[in-house]
Amino acid sequence: MLDTTFTTQINLLSSQTIQLCYHCHKCTAGCPVAEDMEFGPDRVLRLVQLGEKERLLASHDIWLCAGCETCGTRCPNEIDIAQVMDALRQIAIAEGVRPAEPYAEKFHKVFMGVVRYMGRMHEASMLGAYKLWSMDLLSDMDSAPVMLLKGKVPLLPHLLKGRGEVRRIFEETSNVKRET
Amino acid sequence: MTDYSYYPGCSLEATAIEFNDSVLAVFEALQVGLHELDDWNCCGASSAHSMSHALSLALPARNLAIAQKAGRDVVMPCAACFNRHKTTDHVMRNDPEQRAGLEKMIGFEFTGTVGVRPLLDVVGNEIGLERIRAMVKRPLTGLKVVGYYGCLLVRPPEITQFENPDNPQLMNRLLETLGADARPWSYATDCCGGGLSLTKSSVAMKLVTRLADRAREAGADAIVTSCPLCQLNLEMRQPKTSPKMPIFYFTELMGLAFGLEKAGGWWSKHLIDPQPLLRQLPV
Ligand code: SF4
Ligand code: SF4
Repeated sequence: MLDTTFTTQINLLSSQTIQLCYHCHKCTAGCPVAEDMEFGPDRVLRLVQLGEKERLLASHDIWLCAGCETCGTRCPNEIDIAQVMDALRQIAIAEGVRPAEPYAEKFHKVFMGVVRYMGRMHEASMLGAYKLWSMDLLSDMDSAPVMLLKGKVPLLPHLLKGRGEVRRIFEETSNVKRET
Repeated sequence: MTDYSYYPGCSLEATAIEFNDSVLAVFEALQVGLHELDDWNCCGASSAHSMSHALSLALPARNLAIAQKAGRDVVMPCAACFNRHKTTDHVMRNDPEQRAGLEKMIGFEFTGTVGVRPLLDVVGNEIGLERIRAMVKRPLTGLKVVGYYGCLLVRPPEITQFENPDNPQLMNRLLETLGADARPWSYATDCCGGGLSLTKSSVAMKLVTRLADRAREAGADAIVTSCPLCQLNLEMRQPKTSPKMPIFYFTELMGLAFGLEKAGGWWSKHLIDPQPLLRQLPV
């Protein structure tokens, strides 16, 4: 018997019906990052159908998805795969799975940390924290210092009056599960 | 002409400051009022929905409550901000259960009386190309460009409710109205990989290189965007090996064609200087 617990969990979290996928491959054919993925979107769905939780949560694919929505727009069964990728990321983060793409996972965490604290993104703080963590001061971030010099990124953050409200939104949503 | 609420979004306060400046200058010239939403917060961009679905809906919901109180349709220049707010707006309109939860959390009652509008929609469909044509003092004759939408303005179409993601037309028609030579190409809504620009730059670079090559093949000397994330990624991730193609915001070209003095101050904010290209134009 196939264990469907994981498939059901993903269906709930993503508001999709993964079982509808008949693997026509149309999503993968149009996916801009498929050639850099291990599986590609249609095989990701296959693995969800098979309940292959560990392989998926440890995969590069869930972090490489650019969220471009090309696949969902083209799928004959109207499966919004970006939502499935999101659900997989959410579980991976919640369960503390070591990410195959640590930069991507860290980026989202640092980004949301700044928003939680300040209410808005402050790029200088975010880039600073992300750069310190990644220890990747020049290669990937080559343009960031140029931008600071150009006077585009303000060094001081704007603090929201409604910071408390924003923080409360973070707290109240941290454990909410999506309804069907 | 009606006034609008304005949600600049975080990028327009920093890396996309020239987008913000050009939007404000162009709207002032067109005499259409933009009123920045009071104390707006970050929409969560592409990060909130990677961590929590509920959070990704709730952050924009606070802004929708502020916009509703202000009572005007809200214009969003950033495609990512537009997409996130429009997604929450869609849930509010179509999912009573989730709406009730969000209303309770934010402390307001959603009436659906204000719309969430992408900037290009308001410029092209509300202000209208005829009014824009009448403002053009310095037609951009000889400027060969392609219009680039990226993903989030047009997908998923049932949420964005904007142009056809397979063949959007408005940007090129606007650019032609400004006198530019807008070249047809098939890549206006292909993903540039902006979401991976800082986390997987090799993939972003591959996608950007492809787009720049296709734009060149179409005979363009520059790409015109309506999204600060695309613009930054397209500038930052072009390969060092080939000559770099300038990336404009469509509002910058409007300001230039309108003959606005302020336009001169925008070019120095670009990572790829567009001035050599602009100097070649017949004035
Ligand atoms: S396009 Fe839809 S049905 Fe076809 S393989 Fe992809 S998800 Fe499955
Ligand atoms: S949303 Fe993700 S999986 Fe779908 S086509 Fe875009 S990058 Fe590929």
